[in-house]
Amino acid sequence: MMYGFHWDLSSPLAFAWSILPIILIGLTVTLEATALGFAFSLIIGLGLALLRRARARWIAWPTALVIEFIRDTPLLVQLFFLYYVLPQYGVLLPAFLTGALALGVQYSAYMSEVYRAGLDAVPRGQIEAAAALNLSRARAYRSIIIPQAIPRIIPAMGNYLVSMIKDTPILSIVTVMEMLGLARIIGDRTFRYLIPLTLVGALFLILSMSAAAAVRRLERALPKTGIPLR
Amino acid sequence: MSGTLLLPPLLTGAQVTVELTLTSTVLGAMLAFSAGMARGAGPWPLRLFAATYIEIFRGTSLLVQLFWLYYALPLIGPRIDPFVTGIIALSLNIGAYGAEVVRGALLAVPRAQHEAAVALNFTARQTLWRIILPQALPEMMPPLGNLAVQNLKDTSLVSMITIADLTFRAQTLRNLTLNSIPVYSLTLLLYFAMALVLMAGMRGLERWVRIKGQGDMARA
Repeated sequence: MMYGFHWDLSSPLAFAWSILPIILIGLTVTLEATALGFAFSLIIGLGLALLRRARARWIAWPTALVIEFIRDTPLLVQLFFLYYVLPQYGVLLPAFLTGALALGVQYSAYMSEVYRAGLDAVPRGQIEAAAALNLSRARAYRSIIIPQAIPRIIPAMGNYLVSMIKDTPILSIVTVMEMLGLARIIGDRTFRYLIPLTLVGALFLILSMSAAAAVRRLERALPKTGIPLR
Repeated sequence: MSGTLLLPPLLTGAQVTVELTLTSTVLGAMLAFSAGMARGAGPWPLRLFAATYIEIFRGTSLLVQLFWLYYALPLIGPRIDPFVTGIIALSLNIGAYGAEVVRGALLAVPRAQHEAAVALNFTARQTLWRIILPQALPEMMPPLGNLAVQNLKDTSLVSMITIADLTFRAQTLRNLTLNSIPVYSLTLLLYFAMALVLMAGMRGLERWVRIKGQGDMARA
């Protein structure tokens, strides 16, 4: 790990400058883990939301319990669970994939709520109007309900994306070398923790503030009346 | 290894988790009210200070904050006990999130309420305690309840700075027994049970605040 990298210990500023390239490699891992975890959470969350809305109670209620359980237990313990238990069933994933999966599972519980709230927020009259126009259930969802739900769903998802960025350092605990993991290794090698950790904190601050600003801009840009599919 | 042998050490850890959660939630709530009110209604230096605190602790990751306080702070400042470090990090983090909730709820009280208080010759302090807070408090209780559960989940991170909480005990037990499935299943269930109790408690508190608030308004 980190052969070929050199750091300059002559002054704090020189040290910070010399480790910046290493930390930036960690930044790409942070972004990749977030992107993959977010994709997982969108897919698993959609599945949970659909099961939660199922007409059959014996499907809907256990799903509600599962969502509540995932949401109320710590990401770190879920990560350990996946990291140590999956290999026992022959599923050998790299730490990075396990970490992204854990992020995806934890946030899928939040995402299922986002989908549900977005669909429920479409006024009841719209559904009744679709029925009055003799549209099929599938057509009503495709042309009436989902297009109006999208502008409500996207900003909420964006907020969870910002939140997920800040949860990726937890992956360093299972050896994923994102920013915090690299900063700790540099600290262990040089006995100087202050600068690497401060640098990582500053980068997270920039990252999450710009991501939050982007979500706010996106929220303003979305048409309130709905986004047609196709 | 059966669950009966795993449970006692996990419960010892759960007790530490409960202590951490209660302490940091109470301290975090105090921070949230001070910072939220300072940012919403304080003089500008105080407002700037509160805004900086909130942005820094909301914008950086809790684990980064925890490691910074644990590894970096002793190099330039005091050496603090890990347990205290954990409580400080958790409180500062959840306090920053809570401050935004408090600020939002204070801003949501209609302007006319402030104007009516001025018209009735209330002092600033009376306006805050008799008019604004009784209306704002019930509004902030549900999001603060969510933050309390978030804080309970966040306590698991302090196992990384050698505090023997529930997650730390689970890690130790797993390394000892290599029985990952029962150890982590029990751990998750214990966290879930604690979260359910915490949520019930927060709902009780919410109901109390609502009733108490109406009483205060009636007397005012």
